[in-house]
Amino acid sequence: MGVIDVRDLRKRYGRRQALDGVSFEVNAGEIFGIVGPNGAGKTTAVECLAGLRQPDSGDIRVLGLDPRADRAQIRQRVGVQLQETQLADQIKVWEALDLYASFYPRPRDWRELLTQWGLADHRDAKFSTLSGGQKQRLFIALALVGNPEVAFLDELTTGLDPQARRATWKLVKQMRASGVTVVLVSHFMDEVEELCDRVAIFDSGRIVATDTPAGLVAAAAIEQRMRFRPMAPLDEASLSGLPGVRAVSRSDDQVVVTGTGDFAGAVTGALARQQVLVANLRIDQHTLDDAYLALTGHPGGPEAE
Amino acid sequence: MSALTKLTLVESKLFLRDRVAVPLTLALPVLLVIAFGLIPGIRDPDPDLSNQAPIELIGAIGVSIALAMLGLSVLPTVLATYRERGILRRLGATPVHPSALLGAQLVVNTAVAVVSMALLVGVGSLAVGLPVPRQLAGFGLAFLLAVAALFTIGLLIAALAPTIRAATGIGMSLFFPSLFLAGVYVPREALPPVLRDISDFTPLGAALQSFRDTWHGDLPRPLHLVTMAGYAVVAGVVAARFFRWE
Repeated sequence: MGVIDVRDLRKRYGRRQALDGVSFEVNAGEIFGIVGPNGAGKTTAVECLAGLRQPDSGDIRVLGLDPRADRAQIRQRVGVQLQETQLADQIKVWEALDLYASFYPRPRDWRELLTQWGLADHRDAKFSTLSGGQKQRLFIALALVGNPEVAFLDELTTGLDPQARRATWKLVKQMRASGVTVVLVSHFMDEVEELCDRVAIFDSGRIVATDTPAGLVAAAAIEQRMRFRPMAPLDEASLSGLPGVRAVSRSDDQVVVTGTGDFAGAVTGALARQQVLVANLRIDQHTLDDAYLALTGHPGGPEAE
Repeated sequence: MSALTKLTLVESKLFLRDRVAVPLTLALPVLLVIAFGLIPGIRDPDPDLSNQAPIELIGAIGVSIALAMLGLSVLPTVLATYRERGILRRLGATPVHPSALLGAQLVVNTAVAVVSMALLVGVGSLAVGLPVPRQLAGFGLAFLLAVAALFTIGLLIAALAPTIRAATGIGMSLFFPSLFLAGVYVPREALPPVLRDISDFTPLGAALQSFRDTWHGDLPRPLHLVTMAGYAVVAGVVAARFFRWE
């Protein structure tokens, strides 16, 4: 059994079925991604896991505990960063960390977190004067100050500029390195691809796929395309029989091969065996974004809203 | 330091950083007494005030304004802000229940009310000869009931208002009529009899009159004590029923 075990989770708001039978497991020490368009049920799922919401049915175990029945214990061992939560305008960075540390039985030294999350220079700054990136780093530090075994991060980098996003990614990897299991909710495919060990793709309250980012791309079996210019005479028919290859065509001196899976490896292997050198080799790499589109039928990313 | 102590400490600091609430609740009442205290004859009994010295009326008004500011403006606005900005929700994800923040707010606001009243009486008596309330025990009882009534009304506003703006709006729309009916703009003696009867049944009217009575040396009237206690109980029960954490 994993650190988190979710079985057949269901939650309805009025006529809208926010979660319609969701099941997944999160292993110890991994970064588990939850992606999907707005309204897919991502946040509802995380709120149920953190014990902030009561599901209509289903079974949840976090660290072997029931988030509702064992509220007190769960809250001591789980850290959260929630969407749309703020702090009082006038509270100083160190006061917020010191305050939240006092809520937990075995808190981390908040001075260490200040340094680690690049907030040492803003120790005495009031919350309202912080930039978006600084606020986000403070929220993550607050999620970690209780020394949690599991951290839920909801829409971690929404509203951050590209540089701040990359800096935040680095810090999330540090969290994993320190042994914290992370559940990351996101609608940025690049973020999930970069950070997550495994990903669950949510759509309309259901999980359409759960796998590693690379596994999802492979399983989506999207046709890829490679093109090259052979430096020696080439029998194109010898390529069309290779595993994964769908079609081979030639225009002028360019050869274009389309296929799925690891067809590109098979093609380059065959070229090597025939001792044909190639120039201008290009392989169109598919990303999780493409896999997401193939699996859900609509594009990922914030423009999907 | 325990979580609750720390929470109360931080909320106190946040209150003291509020550039509107601090002058209005801590400075304005005592300045009011000092300013009026400079008027000659203000310490002489006035037949138009049921033979009470006007300075005692000003003292009672100062205490009442501070309580009304805290209960009808500061408390509901702060709590609505904490809810609208997800601060209560975030606290709900920690081992501390968000009700702890509510408790800390009540402690801090009560402390501010006591300090404001003590400043007014202390500085007023030293600087401009404001007498200390002569029926001191009755004054203390009335003060506690007034705090209870106005602060639970503040909780009720925070419970019913959907937004920060609504909380501030409802608070202000109660604040000014309350001052009028309590006899702040014109003394109770100058109000038409029907408004005087209504005043007895408003929380601030009952509070201000109890402060005047006990300042003068009389016992607070049971009607006023019951009025304040009644508001505290009813507003408290309804607020507890309807308060939302998010």
